[in-house]
Amino acid sequence: MKTIFFTFFVLVVLVFVSCKNDKQKVKSETKTEVTKTSSEHRGQASVAAVEGEQPNALQVAKSIEDFSTLVTAIEAAGVQDAVVNTGPLTVLAPLNSAFAKLPEGTVETLVKPENKSKLAFILVNHVAPANYPIKQLKKEVKKGRKLYMASGKYLVVEDKDGEIYIEGSKILKSVKVSNGWIHVIDDVLVPAE
Amino acid sequence: MKTMIKSFIAIFTLSVIMVSCGDANSNKSTKQSGALSGNAAEKVYVAPGEHDEFYAFVSGGFSGQLAVYGLPSGRLFKVIPVFSVDAEKAYGFNEETKPMLMTSHGFIPWDDSHHPDISQTAGELDGRWVFINGNNTPRIAKIDLTTFETTEIIEVPNSAGNHSSSFVTENTEYVVAGTRFSVPFPQRDMPIDEYKGNFKGALTFISVNQEDGGMDIKFQLRMPGFDYDLSHPGRGASHGWFFFTTYNTEEANSLLEVNASQNDKDFIAAVNWKKIEEYVNNGGGKKIPSKYAHNVYDEHTHTATSTMKKEVLVVDPEDVPGAIYFMPTPKSPHGCDVDPSGEYIVGSGKLAAELTVHSFSKMLKAIEEKKFDGDAYGIPVLQYEATLAGAVKQPGLGPLHTEFDGKGNAYTTFFISSEVVKWKLGTWEVIDRKPTYYSVGHLMIPGGNSRKPFGKYVLAMNKITKDRYLPTGPEVTQSAQLYDITGEKMELLLDFPTIGEPHYAAGIPADIVAKNSKKFYRLEDNKHPHAVKTEAEAKVVRKGNEVHIYLTMIRSHFAPDNIEGVQVGDKVYFHVTNLEQDYDVPHGVSMIGAQTSELLIMPGQTETFIWYPKQVGVWPFYCTDFCSALHQEMQGYIRVSPKGSNVPIKFTLDGDAVDAE
Repeated sequence: MKTIFFTFFVLVVLVFVSCKNDKQKVKSETKTEVTKTSSEHRGQASVAAVEGEQPNALQVAKSIEDFSTLVTAIEAAGVQDAVVNTGPLTVLAPLNSAFAKLPEGTVETLVKPENKSKLAFILVNHVAPANYPIKQLKKEVKKGRKLYMASGKYLVVEDKDGEIYIEGSKILKSVKVSNGWIHVIDDVLVPAE
Repeated sequence: MKTMIKSFIAIFTLSVIMVSCGDANSNKSTKQSGALSGNAAEKVYVAPGEHDEFYAFVSGGFSGQLAVYGLPSGRLFKVIPVFSVDAEKAYGFNEETKPMLMTSHGFIPWDDSHHPDISQTAGELDGRWVFINGNNTPRIAKIDLTTFETTEIIEVPNSAGNHSSSFVTENTEYVVAGTRFSVPFPQRDMPIDEYKGNFKGALTFISVNQEDGGMDIKFQLRMPGFDYDLSHPGRGASHGWFFFTTYNTEEANSLLEVNASQNDKDFIAAVNWKKIEEYVNNGGGKKIPSKYAHNVYDEHTHTATSTMKKEVLVVDPEDVPGAIYFMPTPKSPHGCDVDPSGEYIVGSGKLAAELTVHSFSKMLKAIEEKKFDGDAYGIPVLQYEATLAGAVKQPGLGPLHTEFDGKGNAYTTFFISSEVVKWKLGTWEVIDRKPTYYSVGHLMIPGGNSRKPFGKYVLAMNKITKDRYLPTGPEVTQSAQLYDITGEKMELLLDFPTIGEPHYAAGIPADIVAKNSKKFYRLEDNKHPHAVKTEAEAKVVRKGNEVHIYLTMIRSHFAPDNIEGVQVGDKVYFHVTNLEQDYDVPHGVSMIGAQTSELLIMPGQTETFIWYPKQVGVWPFYCTDFCSALHQEMQGYIRVSPKGSNVPIKFTLDGDAVDAE
């Protein structure tokens, strides 16, 4: 499965590359030129990691195979510059299996070009413009506060026997990243509207 | 399951192909970047000897200064010292300018300069003065655009974190300063956790004398204890009103990153200052004891004076019913920007998912129809829907600041998604978006917050540059980015480094300002008490242990240049006058062992520094500004004798008395 996904992803990149270039040229010959062209339009997401520096949310997500669908979606929605921003951000990161749980047809619809902003909206519903380590989330529960997300929506946070749930989805793991926190969940939090 | 994923991937693949092909076709610049970047270079190229079209006054942030750049070239012309001492220009080092940095806390050699604003007449830029706020020890400064020097600084009492400043009303009747931190007002010793309801926020209206720009605090509004972030004046129909964004309407006093983000909506405070002015003119308001410095630089004496003021006029909102209203605005709004017509007030909720635009005419109607949603500390809160003109949906993440091109478009910066977004007033549709490099704060269109914007360029100012320039160790430069906005789509033309930190800027067509720029100071108008206007008047005078050296400078010597009779333990004043009367012939002077900066003296100007000679010997002084072909010959000696020595005061030039024929 993973292999298949990877293969298709490579294909996407290649087709993308070929579209950008003179159709007369052979792909392999144009590789260098592609790099140059895209550098004109790169955003903060393309800043190279510095050795020894703590990786940001996107760099961490990219390094973990279980987030490959999320990463692809982030790039398709064009929100990659936001998740590398200095922050602070808290990203609720759905695993590949979370995307697989969505009703059939949902993902297909979302990735259509005309739904780019809808996809972006769903993704930013997973990003809080704030610093929420587990300790702070527990405090939020105690004080009866909700989590305000970059989508403008509020998410319910609960503490069940020391485990934190957001909108009923359990935080499986937390990773400190340079621009905030990643909390791993196994659901895609699709807003009602 | 696998089938689903496969079909998802297949469809996804197709759609990406479509998207990428579409992008490549519609965005020709991607394909023809070479040709287009050539074009961009042409657009910002100002040939040697040619002048730029605009001045850009870019704040220096934590440097405390104000930088002057040319647009479109991005060339730096001058760093004007405002709130921080500057050894290059002797600002805050010479005796004449030390009073400029006096405050109720004593001499403060630094501040954090934020929001420059150019004076206006009838809502249009007039190029007389630039005002800028010092954030940390609250102050407002005025820079005279004939000399490009700071000529006045007024401290703002009862304020802390002077951030919602220094914006001018349509005819520069007032420059306005709002407090970021609410504090006990007046200050007193009290527990911090009793903040709520007890701390207050000062909104200060400083009147501006139309003759000489003289500033004076007309009144302070004692508002609820919120944080006041930014502000802008009404214009056109809304002239007479001023709008302030607020956050922390929760009135939290700790961990604001969480506690000040609880409310769905904070407020934009709409203040009818004309109404309050009338109340004050009729004797309204309370004078309360206060302490704040007012520092004025006199161009004729070339000297600043500092006066400590003792009271300030305070107005409480309940004193003037119907003068202040709150318009709910989502999520800690930062920018508070009024379009050229004065009808739209844009609130950039920095954590909000959309940009909120209020309508001034709807606001008036809502007030008339009393469409209130309760009150906050007695100030009516207008119903959100009643003042709302529209919202720009999902425009980006982290909106901060909006300016206008005068052609019906608005441009907003988004910090988190690092982009400038162009959208249309009235339809609220997004027209274009361009990335910034990186994490943009504010942006500027010359006149972009006036009745008459010059919508040719937008300048975006970035907080972070990471890999954009050659590295310079852990600290790298901040930057500004220039976009051409004459077309439907924005075009990035130039990316240039700035002095830190470029918080905000104001721009103006060069022809409004350049023609008034002073060339030199006339000697005959020099009223400095220690000026000497000819070499013959130069002298050295002992008064007890003080020695006053009245020195002149002209290409390429000092008069006198041999001085004897100074003793260890003396306090030696150098009163130095530049006798030149030509454009761009400053001279400098420095003395070995002087615990201060050089002086940089413009033609016709007099400046003073103090030297405490500590060692016996013969010590040189010299000209520090490369003034002439014989600049290296422009020097002198001072003989320092032991304390109590009987060497008499003697001063000569070429072996003769300075007044020798």
